[in-house]
This record gives sequence, C-alpha cells and structure tokens, in this order.
Amino acid sequence: MKSFTRFLFLGFMTILLWSLTAAQLKLNGAGATFPYVIYSKWFDVYSKKSGVEFNYQSIGSGGGIKQVTEGTVDFGASDAPMTDQQLADAKQKQGTDILHIPTVMGAVVVTYNFSGGVKGLKLTPEVLAGMFLGEITMWNDPKIVAVNPGLSLPELSIIVAHRSDGSGTTSIFTDYLAKVSKTWDQKVGKGTSVNWPAGLGGKGNEGVAGLVKQSDGAIGYVELAYAVKNKLPYAMLRNKAGNFVDATFDAVSSAAAMKNMPDDLRVSLTDADGKESYPISGFTWLLVYRNMNDKGKAKALVTFLKWAMVDGQSYAKDLYYAPLPKDVIKLCNKKIGAISTE
Amino acid sequence: MPLAELQQSSLPTSAGSVGGEGKSDLPPVANSNVTEKSLRRNPGDFLFKHFTMLFAAVVFLLVFLVGFEMFRGSLLSIEKFGWKFLATTTWDPVHDEYGALPFIFGTVVTSLIGLAIALPLSLGVAIFLSEIAPRWVAQPLSFLVELLAAIPSIVYGLWGIFVLVPWMRGSAEPFLSNALGFLPFFKGPAYGFGMLTAGIILAIMVLPIITSISRDVFRSIPNAQREAALALGATSWETIRIIFKDAKSGIVGATLLGLGRAVGETMAVTMVIGNRPDISASLFNPAYSMASVIANEFTEATSDLYISSLVELALVLFGLTILLNTIARLIVWSVSRRFRAA
Repeated sequence: MKSFTRFLFLGFMTILLWSLTAAQLKLNGAGATFPYVIYSKWFDVYSKKSGVEFNYQSIGSGGGIKQVTEGTVDFGASDAPMTDQQLADAKQKQGTDILHIPTVMGAVVVTYNFSGGVKGLKLTPEVLAGMFLGEITMWNDPKIVAVNPGLSLPELSIIVAHRSDGSGTTSIFTDYLAKVSKTWDQKVGKGTSVNWPAGLGGKGNEGVAGLVKQSDGAIGYVELAYAVKNKLPYAMLRNKAGNFVDATFDAVSSAAAMKNMPDDLRVSLTDADGKESYPISGFTWLLVYRNMNDKGKAKALVTFLKWAMVDGQSYAKDLYYAPLPKDVIKLCNKKIGAISTE
Repeated sequence: MPLAELQQSSLPTSAGSVGGEGKSDLPPVANSNVTEKSLRRNPGDFLFKHFTMLFAAVVFLLVFLVGFEMFRGSLLSIEKFGWKFLATTTWDPVHDEYGALPFIFGTVVTSLIGLAIALPLSLGVAIFLSEIAPRWVAQPLSFLVELLAAIPSIVYGLWGIFVLVPWMRGSAEPFLSNALGFLPFFKGPAYGFGMLTAGIILAIMVLPIITSISRDVFRSIPNAQREAALALGATSWETIRIIFKDAKSGIVGATLLGLGRAVGETMAVTMVIGNRPDISASLFNPAYSMASVIANEFTEATSDLYISSLVELALVLFGLTILLNTIARLIVWSVSRRFRAA
C-alpha cells in the first residue's frame, strides 16, 4: 500500500515537472480567422521541426487586438491594423511597443449569380459603390451596361448580400468603397461591421455565398480563397490605373509591390497603383511585442517568424493565399530583427 | 354575568399567550433542539442538508450574477443613450450610434409568427396524443415529437437555407402576395429570406415544447372529468371542449415556455432572417433579432461603447426571457395546484 502511494506521488511529480518544462516552449496566440488555415499549417510544420508548441485560437481580429492589449497572449493576429489609439493603449498597459508583421495577403472578390448564366461581368468602382449604396437597383442599368457592352444583362433587380458578422473581410471591402466613393465614406464609412444602406446579411463567407447562390440577380463579396475553393464566379474590377483585372494571386501580390510601405508596416492595400494590381486586397498581420518579458519565448517567436518569411511563404498558394512580394519580406525581416531577444 | 366576565377576561389573555409569546418562543427552541440532536446523532445528514442547500443557493447566485455582470457591462451604453437605446433605430458601429428597436421588433415579430403557427398545430397534436390516439400510435408519435426538440438549431438553419427559403421565394410568397397582397403584411419583393421564413422555422422548433407540455397538462386532468362528461351524454368533441377549458391556463404556460425558446433562438434565425436591422410591415422583408446580432457582431466589436451596447442588448433579452419564464411557471403552478386541491 505504502509503495503504491509512493509510486502515485512520483508519477504525479513527473507529470508536473514534464508539464512545466513543456509549458516553457509553448507560444499562445489569438486573433484573425482569415489566416487560420495557413497559420495552423505553419504551426504544425514548424513545431515538428523545432519542438516549439503553438496554441492559436481564431477568435477574430477584434479579439486578437484585445488580447494583445491585455497581455494575455504571446502574439496576436489581425486582418486590420491597430489604430493609433489602440497602440497607445497597449503601450500604456504593456509598457512596450506592438509591432505589425505582415504574413500573407488575401483579397476580397465580388461574386454574383444570374439564372441566365451570364459570365465575365466587369465592374467599375462607381458601379460597385452604387450597387452597395442601393442607388443602382437594376442589372440593366445604363451604368452597368456601359461597362459590359458584350453581355446581355437581364431586367432583374439587384439583391445585395453582405456579411452580417463582424469580419476583416468587411473591413477591407468597406475600406475600398470608402476610398473610391465619397458618398460611401460620408454615409457609411469603414469597419468590421457597418450600417449597410442596402441588402441582406449572411453569416460568414458561406452565409454570403449561400445568399448569392440562392437568389437570382444577387451580388456579394467573399474572400478570394473561399470563392476559388467553391468555384464561384467573380467580377473583374477596374483598378486605379484604369485596367480591368481578375483577382489572381499575382495581381494581389502586385498591389503590395506597388505600395510605398510605411515604417510600421500598417498599410491598406486597397485601390493600389499599378497596371496589374487587383484593387481589393490586404495584408494580414501578426501582432508581436517589441520587448517580451520571457526571453526564451521571444527567441522562439523570432526564429519562427524568420522561418515563416522564407519557407512559410511556399505554402501560401496551395492554401489560396497570396505570398508576400520580396521587397515586403525584406522589410518584415528588418522588423523582426527589432524584437528584443536579449 | 360572572360567566361573561370570566369569558371576557380570560379570552384576551389566552389569545395573547398563544399568539404572542408562544409563537415567538416555541419554534426556535424546538428547532435548535432538533438540529443539535441530529448533529449529535448523525452529522452526515446535517452536512448533506446544508450542502444541498448551498448548491441550490448557487443557482440563485448565478442568475443574479449574470444579470449584475450584464448590467455592469452595459453601464457605458446606458449612461450614453438612456431609454433612447430602446426606441431609436440606427445601429451604426462606424459612428458609434446604437439603437435597439429594430432588433426588439425582429425578435418579437418572428416569435409571434412562430407561436401563431405552432400553437394550433401543437394543440391539435397534444389533444390527439392524450385523448384520441390508441397507445400504439401515441407512443411512437410522442417519441417523434420529442425528437424534433433534439435536433440542433444549426440543422434547422441549414434546412431553412436549402429547402425552406427557395420554396418560400418560389411558391409560398408569390402565392401569398397574390391571394392576400391587399394586406400590408404580404407586400414587396420575395427574397425568401425574411421574417416570415424565420417565423416558420421557429414554429417548427417550438412545436415539440408546446406539444409535450400541453399533452402532460391534458393528462393531468382527472379521468373523472371525462367520465362525467361522457356519462352526461356529451360527444367526444364536447368532452374535449370541457377538458380544454380546464387545461386553459396550463396551455398558456406551455405557450409562454415556447415563446421563451423562440425569443432566444439564435443560429437558425440568423441563417434565414436576412440580418437587416429594418422595421417594416411586410413579413417578406428581412429583419434582425437580438440574439442574432449579439452572436454576429460580438467577436469583432472593438470600441468600448459598441461592446457595451451589445451587452445591453443581451440584458434586454435576458430580462425578456426571465419575464416570460416567470409568467409561464406561475401559470403552470396555478393550474396544477388547482387540480391537486380538487
């Protein structure tokens, strides 16, 4: 009996010690849902390679920013950069700067559905904003016909579909509309949820896609990755240079390559310059502390980020994300170097 | 005369001794005796009694704490908007303006549609199960009805998107607007997504609750009642009418419990209601419900006032459900007590 108790006690202590040592190598993160697929791939591959464990919870960009501000995680993730106010709050609470590291890029596409099987729709920023403002209500509106001379557009009312849940996708899409339309900027503005002037709301990409598929004459916006995976048709958009571009990975990467990057890498890529650039795209960021209390964790995080910039990027296209352009990777590596590990 | 005097003088004193001193002194003495004795004789019983009491108190505490926390969380929004929160219609996260009226409207209207459809159906099923059906039909049928309650709400939502919505758009709504289009309730474009569809889904979800409770209410009515009616020469229709009269308040209770379920339903409603914070007379139009907007927007809500307004919405919903459930319980109690007394 006595030896059994001793055995139990020893076993318990071993487990306790083991969990303590294991806990030292565990990085906790939380935030955006959009990059979750590639992040979990990265974490899986990287932890097999290095033994560092990751625990990432895709609770949404807003949640990620909140947790980084409160210091409850080792890193956060967000599809929208933190505002100056949020950065100041975080600095005051955590006593260190928060750095934005872009990891991959995504794009938002405009998907549509006609029972007539019309394909190859082209849209200008004015038409798109008009539709989502509820000002252009019919598919045979002269403004749409003028852009699509080759298509026979039906006399059908436009049903607008948008996200009902707060999301980074909405943030990028409304950021674009606010840039190209003054009316949108004044009336609606940009954000993860907005007061939509028209249309039906669907929960998540699948909700919007469901609304569009179900309704004849519907138009909505979803992530590029989702549209490609589900073979949804999407419209070509006219970019700032005046060309109609398809949302390809190269067109998305081109938008980032054309941008003058600010020093803190917080930048919106919508309505970018460049002949090839697709106009509704954006980075997704990891939010890390410049100065972490636990230097072991800081070292592990830095090596992981460096790996993500080189080997990690090769996983992007297979998982329907656009990889970062070379110039941006250089800037990112510089930023990663700023994390203090000593 | 001496006798009367004796009575008069003795009565007050005896009444005083029984009513005054006796009541205040005797019970506590007896009580402490009992507890002391039982503690000495059986400490297990004593502990058990108080532990279970503690657990019961935890439930009370929990409800109170939930309410209190929500109140605390919504203080910011209560201070800013006051009662106006319940009466304004703008919900604009970009400009930090919040009004709950469209959500309250959507919740109330869809729940009422659900009840209006479910109540006659459930009563029919309940009467059939308890009064008419032979045992071999009633047993599998009640099992099936209870099975309806076990289906997760997301399944109802998916069924709604893929089956109910196309049917509503293609057949039901055009038919209704043709037949009853002169009423303001059946006007406008048929999206398929809207209050009517949400109401129908709610009706299906509420049906098993109202059915099984009112079936139990019917069964709790003593058989003597039925036998008496039949013996007086009533037909079975007339007998059922008499029983129905007795069960009335129990049915009201069942209905209110169903209403409580409908008011709080989130997933299935958000998938078919269209998620647009609008107030309109036509049941074809999209709307929004309180539970849905909380689920949709909470994860990405960043500004303090935004979160606080969502929490206040939750508080309103909490209050509404508590109110409904309390009323339902009171009514059910009153009816069952009456029959126990009789």
